[in-house]
Formats: sequence, C-alpha cells, structure tokens
Amino acid sequence: MELAKDLNGSSLLAIDYDRAIEDISRQFKETVVRFRRRGAVVAVSGGVDSAVCCALAVRALGPQRVIALLLPERESSGDSERLAMQVVEMLGVPYERKDITGALEALGCYERRDAAIRSVVPEYDRGWRNKLVIAGGLSGQFNHFYLIAAGPGGQRVERRLGLKEYLEIVAATNFKQRTRKNVEYYHADRLNYVVVGTPNKLEYDQGFFVKNGDGAADIKPIAHLYKTQIYGLARHMGLPREIVESTPTSDTYSLPQEQEDFYFALPYAELDVALAYLDSGRTAAELAGALGIDELAAKRIYADIAAKRRTTRYLHEAPVLIKG
Amino acid sequence: MKSVRDHVKEYISENFLMGLKDSAITDDASFLDLGIIDSTGVIELIAFLEESYGIRVEDAEMVPDNLDSLDAIDRFIARKTFARASSMTA
Repeated sequence: MELAKDLNGSSLLAIDYDRAIEDISRQFKETVVRFRRRGAVVAVSGGVDSAVCCALAVRALGPQRVIALLLPERESSGDSERLAMQVVEMLGVPYERKDITGALEALGCYERRDAAIRSVVPEYDRGWRNKLVIAGGLSGQFNHFYLIAAGPGGQRVERRLGLKEYLEIVAATNFKQRTRKNVEYYHADRLNYVVVGTPNKLEYDQGFFVKNGDGAADIKPIAHLYKTQIYGLARHMGLPREIVESTPTSDTYSLPQEQEDFYFALPYAELDVALAYLDSGRTAAELAGALGIDELAAKRIYADIAAKRRTTRYLHEAPVLIKG
Repeated sequence: MKSVRDHVKEYISENFLMGLKDSAITDDASFLDLGIIDSTGVIELIAFLEESYGIRVEDAEMVPDNLDSLDAIDRFIARKTFARASSMTA
C-alpha cells in the first residue's frame, strides 16, 4: 500500500514522487541561483524531514554543494546522531559535527528551564528528566500544557502549567533551536550557501516551530508536503530504513516524546487527513467517516487546527514596517 | 463592587488590548470570534479568574461555554463561587 493515501485509501494525499522530486529539485536550484549562493546547509537531525531535505538538496545541487550539520546537545537521543550519520554516509555529503551543549550552558538554557520546572516541581533536580504534554483540544477544551517530570528513582510528577511557567520553559528550551540556527548560518555565511528549513506541512501550518529558530531559513523545500507524503518520499528515495520507519519525535525535551503528545494531539497520519479534509472543504461528518470517529470528535479536530493556526499566526509574520 | 462582567472586561481591555478600542466586547461576544484571545490568552485569563475570585478552574471547565464571553464568565464565576460557599457552610 502506498503511504501517501488517506486512511480510506483514497487518493487525497497521493502524489507522484518522481515529479515531486523533479519539481522541488528544479525550484531548489533556481532559488540558490537567484539568491546568488553556491550551495546549501542542512542540519540533519536523524528524523525523516531533514533526511528528505538533505536528499533533495543533493538531487538539486549535487553532494559537493551540500554540507550536513550534526548538532547534538547533552539531552539529544543517542539514536538521533546515529541515524543522522546514516543519512550523511548514504548521501555522500560533507558534514560537520558540533556539540552545542557548551553554548546552551553559557546561555543558561538548562539552568533557566530547570528553575522554571522547580517552581512547579520543587524536587526536580539533576538526574530528573522532563517533557511538556498538550491537553484539552480534542476534548473540546482550550489547549493547555502539562509538565511531566520523571526522577531517577522512578518518581513521576504531572503538573498543569500556568502561563508564566509554560512560557519560561518554552523560552529556555527554544535556545536549542536558535543556537542550532546560529551554527547553520555561520556555515552558510562562510561557504556562501543557503540555509535549508526542514518543516513539513503539519509543522508549518500548525505553527510547530521556533520563530528565528528552526523556523528560519532561506528555502523550505517540504513545507508544502504532508508528513505521510514525506515518509513516502523518503522510501521512494531509498533513505535508511530505520528513518523511513521511525516515529516523529521532538528530541527537544529529555524524556522520550513523540510529537503528537507535545503538540499535535493526533498521530501524524490522522492529522494529515484532517488537514487535507479541512482545506479541501470537506465536512466534519466526512472526516468522521474517514477516521472512524464520531462527528463531535471530528468537529473538535477541526476546531483544534483552527485554534493552533490562530495562536501561531504571528510566527509567520514578517517584521512590521511603520508606514511613514 | 464591580460586577464580574465589568471586572473581566477591564482586565481584557488593559492586558490584551492595551487600551485600544474595546467597544466590540459586548456581553455576549465571543472572544475567539473577535480574535482578541487565543489559547495562550485563555490560560492567562484563567490565572486572572483564579486569583481574583479564589477559585480553581479544573481542566474539564476550560471550555468555551465557560470562558468565551463576558456572559459565560459571569455565569461560570457565579456557579463556582456558589459551589465554594455551599461547601464552606455544609
């Protein structure tokens, strides 16, 4: 079964992979030329999105005009770097590895985040791990966030976060994406390359990116593609099997975390279908039929998509110039 | 003493609109439809209500029916404060 189909097996999400690769590669190369740059920087995380972006950059420009960056920090999963190396080796691109832990420590990323966590979980200390979890949207509630902290002795604490603590934790954690982008632009500047942004359509549409962090780029070659389509592309391009079969993770918080429990609230395959149904004008009843859920649940999914678009609209805004 | 509606309207006007025009905030107008509050703003609003009225807004209560207009908030606060008073006298 082709991956790029919706749950009913219809062709809503089906794409012609060869044509997609050709279109993206052509526009990729045209953009680099138009920007008068000589190549592309891609931060390769070990996930499917950056792997596909790197492969597309290689198709567009050739491996010698691409540099891959591996930018782990002390809380990155060990698997991420191993998978990123598989991509780099398979594609034959030059790469650099830079551990950004020291920079994050100097900026106070961990210290500020942990202080915010301790304001709601006083026992949180070294050896503990954490993650944020979204709740509410699919129950008809306003979205809100829980902190989950796990101690070395097996303790597990869950706390609903007030706005101040939530913003403090997110702001400190965002140092990770912004520091990575700093390194990416360093290499782009020294090589006269463009920086490739790796968001997929779900992340781009729903605002799951850090402004001037992973949201910053000169070209975003897969921001128009659903996650299902990206997995299909990865398979079609022969990317490493472990990546093609992986589950999306944020790899931002120290506890294992899938994207769906941090932000999206739905598995990507279902959210792909929901977004495609909503944008093609299909009703909640039709979505309910496609996902095998009741109509109220489908309406809540549509409402949650709209709420996230509303909340994150500003992330897409360019700086405002004052009219003289 | 200010009514709940006036108190909340004043808070929204000062904190979310920073004094800009608030004439659209009628008693039954949806904050979401007006585009003046998003889910982050709702969390902020909840903190204000909890602090101002000595209540705890439970997860299940974080719904538009309770929080998306001045009328809705007025009814919600009345229910919550009545419940609290009843539990104290019981």
